[in-house]
Amino acid sequence: MSAIGHYLEAAGIPTVSISLIRLHTEKIRPPRALWVPFELGRPMGAPNDAPFQTRVLKAALCLLERNDGPLIADFPENAPLSASADGDGWVCPVSFAAPVSDETPDAALRREIASLKPWQALAQERRGRTTFDQSGLSIDAVAAYVSAFAAGESTGQPLEGVAAAEAFKRIADDLQAFYQEAATAQPGHGAGFTDVLEWFWGQTEAGKQLLACRARAVGSDDKRLKFIAERLLVPAVAQARLNL
Amino acid sequence: MARLEDLPTGMVEHMKLLPCPDLGETACASGPPLHRRRVAIVSTAGLGRKSEGGFKPGDADYRVLPANLPASDLTMSHISVNYDRTGFQEDINIAFPIERLKELANAGEIGSVADYHYSFMGASDPVLMQPAVESLIGPLKADGVDAVVLIPV
Repeated sequence: MSAIGHYLEAAGIPTVSISLIRLHTEKIRPPRALWVPFELGRPMGAPNDAPFQTRVLKAALCLLERNDGPLIADFPENAPLSASADGDGWVCPVSFAAPVSDETPDAALRREIASLKPWQALAQERRGRTTFDQSGLSIDAVAAYVSAFAAGESTGQPLEGVAAAEAFKRIADDLQAFYQEAATAQPGHGAGFTDVLEWFWGQTEAGKQLLACRARAVGSDDKRLKFIAERLLVPAVAQARLNL
Repeated sequence: MARLEDLPTGMVEHMKLLPCPDLGETACASGPPLHRRRVAIVSTAGLGRKSEGGFKPGDADYRVLPANLPASDLTMSHISVNYDRTGFQEDINIAFPIERLKELANAGEIGSVADYHYSFMGASDPVLMQPAVESLIGPLKADGVDAVVLIPV
C-alpha cells in the first residue's frame, strides 16, 4: 500500500496512506501515513459507525497539509469493537438440524446449509448486498462441488472459462462467505473475526469438508491448485489451531 | 488488533519476514488547503465491480470504482484469507469509505470527491504494481485529483 504512495507522489499527486502494519510502513517510508490500531480487514475501524469512520478519515486527510514527510502519525483511538472482544463466549445463533443416522458427508453439508439459508437470506436483505458472489454458483451447486471434491470424485470444469485452481478458490471463498453472512445476520451479533473462524473451521461440516478438499488439493499435480490449497484456503489462525 | 503482538504467532513471523521494497525517500508533493482538494481513494482490498473478473494470485493491475457505484455492485476478491471480512460484509465503508468522503465534501471539509476511485489487490508484490500505478497518473490528473487516500485491508 505504502509503495503506491511513493509512485503517485513522485508524479506530483499528494497521498496519505492508512497503515495497518506499522512495521511495514516504517520500512517502506511513504511520504505520509496514519497508523491505525485496528484488526486486519477493518482499516476504518468499525462497520456501521459513521462518526468513528469519519474521525479516522479526517485524521488521515489532515496529514495531507503536512509536507515534512516521510511521517507516520498514530491514530489515538482503538476500534469500538475489535477482535479483542473475541473469547466472550459467542456462539453461532443458528442451530443445525439434528443429523440422521448413517448420514453421508454430502447430506451433512446440505443439512447445515438448509439451516443457514434463511439467515443468509436475512443478512442479504438487511444489508442490500451479499459477498457470496465469487463463483456465480448457487449455494447448492457450491455444496455439490465441495462434497465431490472432498470425496475425491471428478468435479469437471465447474466454472466456464475459469481454470480449475481459480474455480476451487472462488467456490471455497463463497462457501465461507455464505456461512459468515448467515452467522452474523442479526444486528449486534457481537461476533469477532476469530469467533467466526473458530466456529467455521472447528464446528461445521463445511469447514471439515474444506479441510478434506485441502488434503486432496495439496497432493495435486496442479501447482496453482496446490499453492491455493496450502496458502489461500485456511486462515493462519485456524491452521495454527488445527496444527496444519 | 493490527498491533503485531496481537496477531497469531504464525502471522507475526510472516509479517516480520515479508519483504518490503526499499524505495528511499520521496519528497511530499504539496497541494491547496484541504477544503479545496479533490480526493480519490486507492484501495488494495481487491475491490471491483461484480461485472468484472476478480483478482487472481499475482495480479498487479487495478479495477476502476466509479464514485456512484452501488454498494450491491461492489465485490471483494482479495486472495488472502488472513483478515476479517465480516466488517466488509456489514458495511463497504469499513474498507472503501466512499460515503464518508461524500459527507466530508458536503460539509465543505474537502473540496470534492473524485469521479473515479481504484483498487489493487494487496497480496501482489508492490514493485510489480508500479507500471499500473503510473498508468493511473493520467486518469487521476484528468479527474482533477490532488489528494489520494491509500487504504489497505
